[in-house]
Amino acid sequence: MSKNLRITNDKFIDQTSRISFKFDGKTLYGFKGDTLASALLANNIHLVGRSFKYHRPRGIMTCGSEEPNAIVQVGNDASMTEPNTRATEIELYEGLVASSQNCWPSVNFDVGAVNNFFSPLIPAAFYYKTFMWPASFWEKYEYFIRKSAGLGRSPTEPDKDFYDHRYLHCDVLVIGGGISGIIAAKTAAQNNLNTLLIDDKNKLGGTTLFQQNECFKINNTYSSEWLKKEIESLNLLQNLTIKTRTTLAAYHSYNYLLARENLTDHLSLSEKQNKIRQRLWKIRAKKVIISTGAMERPLIFNNNDRPGIILSSSIKKYIDYFGVKCGQKISLFTNNDSAYETAISLNKSGVTVNSVIDIRDKTDSLIVKQAEKLGIKIYWKHTVVNTSGYKRINSIDIMKLSDDGNEVVGKKFSEDCDCLGISGGWTPRVHLFTQSGGKLKFNDKDNVFLPDKSELEQISIGSCNGDFELDSIIKNSVESINEFLNINNNDYKNLEIVCSKELDKKNIWLLPSDKPLGKTKPFLDFQNDSTATDVKLALREGFKSIEHVKRYTTTGMGTDQGKLSNMHALGIIAETAGVKMGELGTTTFRPPYTPLTFGTIVGRNVGEFFDIIRKTPIHDWHVENKAEFENVGQWKRAWYYPKKNESMYEAVQRESKAARDSAGMLDASTLGKIDIQGSDASEFLNRVYTNAWSKLEIGKCRYGLMLNEDGMVYDDGVTTRLGENHYIMTTTTGGAANVLSKLEDYLQTEWPELDVYLTSVTDQYATVSICGPNSKKILSKVIPDLDLSDKEFPHMSFKNASIDNVKCRVMRISFTGEHSYEINIQSSFGKSVWEKCFEAGKEFNITPYGTETMHLLRAEKGFIITGQDTDGTMTPVDLQMDWIISKKKYDFIGKRSLYRSDTIRDDRKQLVGLITDDPKEVLEEGAQIVSETNKQPVEMLGHVTSSYFSPNLNKSIALAVVKNGKKLKGHKMFVPMKNKTINVTITDTVFLDKENKRLNA
Amino acid sequence: MFLINCPYCGERDQSEFSAGGEAHIIRPKQPTELSDDQWAEFLFMRKNIKGVQLERWNHAHGCRKWFNMVRDTSNDKIHAVYKMGEKPPIK
Ligand SMILES: [Zn+2]
Repeated sequence: MSKNLRITNDKFIDQTSRISFKFDGKTLYGFKGDTLASALLANNIHLVGRSFKYHRPRGIMTCGSEEPNAIVQVGNDASMTEPNTRATEIELYEGLVASSQNCWPSVNFDVGAVNNFFSPLIPAAFYYKTFMWPASFWEKYEYFIRKSAGLGRSPTEPDKDFYDHRYLHCDVLVIGGGISGIIAAKTAAQNNLNTLLIDDKNKLGGTTLFQQNECFKINNTYSSEWLKKEIESLNLLQNLTIKTRTTLAAYHSYNYLLARENLTDHLSLSEKQNKIRQRLWKIRAKKVIISTGAMERPLIFNNNDRPGIILSSSIKKYIDYFGVKCGQKISLFTNNDSAYETAISLNKSGVTVNSVIDIRDKTDSLIVKQAEKLGIKIYWKHTVVNTSGYKRINSIDIMKLSDDGNEVVGKKFSEDCDCLGISGGWTPRVHLFTQSGGKLKFNDKDNVFLPDKSELEQISIGSCNGDFELDSIIKNSVESINEFLNINNNDYKNLEIVCSKELDKKNIWLLPSDKPLGKTKPFLDFQNDSTATDVKLALREGFKSIEHVKRYTTTGMGTDQGKLSNMHALGIIAETAGVKMGELGTTTFRPPYTPLTFGTIVGRNVGEFFDIIRKTPIHDWHVENKAEFENVGQWKRAWYYPKKNESMYEAVQRESKAARDSAGMLDASTLGKIDIQGSDASEFLNRVYTNAWSKLEIGKCRYGLMLNEDGMVYDDGVTTRLGENHYIMTTTTGGAANVLSKLEDYLQTEWPELDVYLTSVTDQYATVSICGPNSKKILSKVIPDLDLSDKEFPHMSFKNASIDNVKCRVMRISFTGEHSYEINIQSSFGKSVWEKCFEAGKEFNITPYGTETMHLLRAEKGFIITGQDTDGTMTPVDLQMDWIISKKKYDFIGKRSLYRSDTIRDDRKQLVGLITDDPKEVLEEGAQIVSETNKQPVEMLGHVTSSYFSPNLNKSIALAVVKNGKKLKGHKMFVPMKNKTINVTITDTVFLDKENKRLNA
Repeated sequence: MFLINCPYCGERDQSEFSAGGEAHIIRPKQPTELSDDQWAEFLFMRKNIKGVQLERWNHAHGCRKWFNMVRDTSNDKIHAVYKMGEKPPIK
């Protein structure tokens, strides 16, 4: 630590507890209470990064969230390192490791700095124009540009920290704990309103917290002393919750807000262990009071970006709050009164103030007079025309301004300095107001955008609402709060307030220089390295809209969203284009206000909690028996059961053959199950399925096809009539939730007269499916007292039964074409029934099979899978399933659409079977189908939807959709692949057992 | 994020609801008697108003009831909610 840069100041910094940290590999020391920025400045380190495009040395410029330059990488651990953090916001802790981000190989020797010497060759939109080079060029440059462009490093391993989300409801949310926010929070809480006050700093009080100037007094004490008592009094309020280190990230409609609370980022590495790092608060507030204050603007002049050039108010905070001198010989450059506060603070702390350069004519406000009394030199109506010093400013050139302020006159003179404070006035922080949908208005007097209209229950008070002077801040805030909360608080009525009033204002967006504009570098956006010259060039090149200029020059597009640059960019555009600021509009500030970590955004929803995983009641058995799993929606389904070193293909071939040769079993528990009851249940099914349901006998099952109103197939499944007014419907696994909500929609909105009740029972039942020629023998062992004769229990019927005194439903239905049963039993017995069937089937070599074999078996029979063979453009006619469309029914969902001009076209794509000329050749699903090989381009007639090698037929089979396919049966087609063309023939969709003999085998 | 007043449950977060498009489009009682154009009008044509719009919403992760909403799409202000079958409370 350079001792001479610290003054004794124990109000906010604990100068007895020393903290060691590392910056760019060097061990340094600071104190408890420092930010990384204040500690670096105390170590005389200003240079912390390189600019994005020209790689110019850049230094710490602010003391808050608007910092454009001091963007650092924190931590060097592969899982915890974090890029794009602002040194001005990082609280110093023991063991902190940080490094400059935007430089390579090091901040002091930077390869990209060569860009600066070639800068006339790098105009606005340099990177966009670069993108237009041949792609091969770009590949070569990408590595270099990425490395030197300073985008930071992402962690390469999973984040080990914990993050949290919580909800919070309050009557009043106050955002920002400066003087007006404290008054608001106190007033609200005193009036029995449940109040939350948040502030992004670790202490409440804003800038008044360290204001110790004779010119700003309340009731005869410094304003800071008065505020300190106010803050202390907050502790007594029971209705008030205070959250510091909490940044309001997003303000959405209906007063829904997201705030990020930093819980451990300020703690030492050992104290951080096992604690939640950050918490995202999801706040719903009845009323919101925005008191986010204002931020100081820079001034735009030639070479205004050197390390050592700092916002004047930040220099004040560094000396008055942190006890850190930003330099030993400081010059100040301003267009308003606030720089004089800095001058006085520096003077009191023994720092040499060379001079104040003020672009205004002489003014006589209280604060200016005080500065003059201290003997501070002031150059009225002067401007800085240039600065020198490569890695740190060492002198400035000053000239007198002409009367109109458009040019400089007289003799240039220099002043040596090691720091230059700049102040271009104040910009209210209206970001959150605009995020919430509020509209801004432009105020010509102060050249600021202020909150105007909002649809929400909210107000803005204090300097974010355009009040910049102590007396008006208090008076106007109190009035607004009283009106907004509909109360009458007189506590602040009779305060005796002394404050300096600004008498003269002058604003020049782009200050003149003695050199022509093209030869100067007046930086606007420090983070994205765009200059006023770039913006003027964009306007010359024809860009008019602010949003276009912004994108073309990248002004305001950095991680800081141009917090410092936007006003000047607008000002220069308005001036150049000759329009008024208010007419130009502003760019939109989007959430988050400052970058959020991904950890905070996802909270606890990581790893296995990222998405719901649904497992069937039989899942553990599949795991024990080495099944591979497939994700079907949120379900984990057994895919296939490889034995020893079997490949997936080999396992599926074995399973498929076993199911047809003897017996197979499938866990079908994931199929959607909807219980349908009510006196109109049959009529309801008539309306939602294409076929007729009224005559289905109790105890019988029927396959149904469900359409959308546009006539396209939506879902399918078997529904069983359990009683006069009771059905159970099955849906596809993936479609279950959507089918239920679609049916509810019709019931509630189109057919409220129907007496029907729907209940999802998918999770309540486990379903064990046994199929194959020996399935009957196996079931008879499991349920000996059930008559399984074809007469008593034919295909497509159901029986109530019980296994070990547990009731179950047995359906004789088949999705494989084999003689087959499905046992439905309450979930908790699913696994034991499965095991029972497996035991009973052992003598028949019963083979558990997964979804892949199920798909193969059904394809042999030509049964469709909705979502695989259909894609939302297939009608039942397209699927050659005309038989399922009832001719007698007056109406059902989608019926009218089946004879729209488009759906009756005969050249629609239709479902067909495909047989390859070479029976060993298995087609690729998704492969395209054409009718000619020697033509280019050639019309795609369709594509393969399902394709397998059938072990039972010993040949390759496929389903496909082909234009006009129905009429093309027997025709030769071609499937062009990357290296060859496969010859195929269009066939019927049913490949195996066309007569359905196996169902009753 | 909206705060939606479900007519059956009261105020709930928008994340519990799903939007169902324009309200008061009645499914024709006799679709077979409609021309292609008339059916297409029901099937495909929806207004997309900037301003006050009547919409269907479903309390999908709550009571599962469908209801209607009067919402100004230009500023997301919800003027009213009302049950299915009821007339819009505001013009
Ligand atoms: Zn509800």
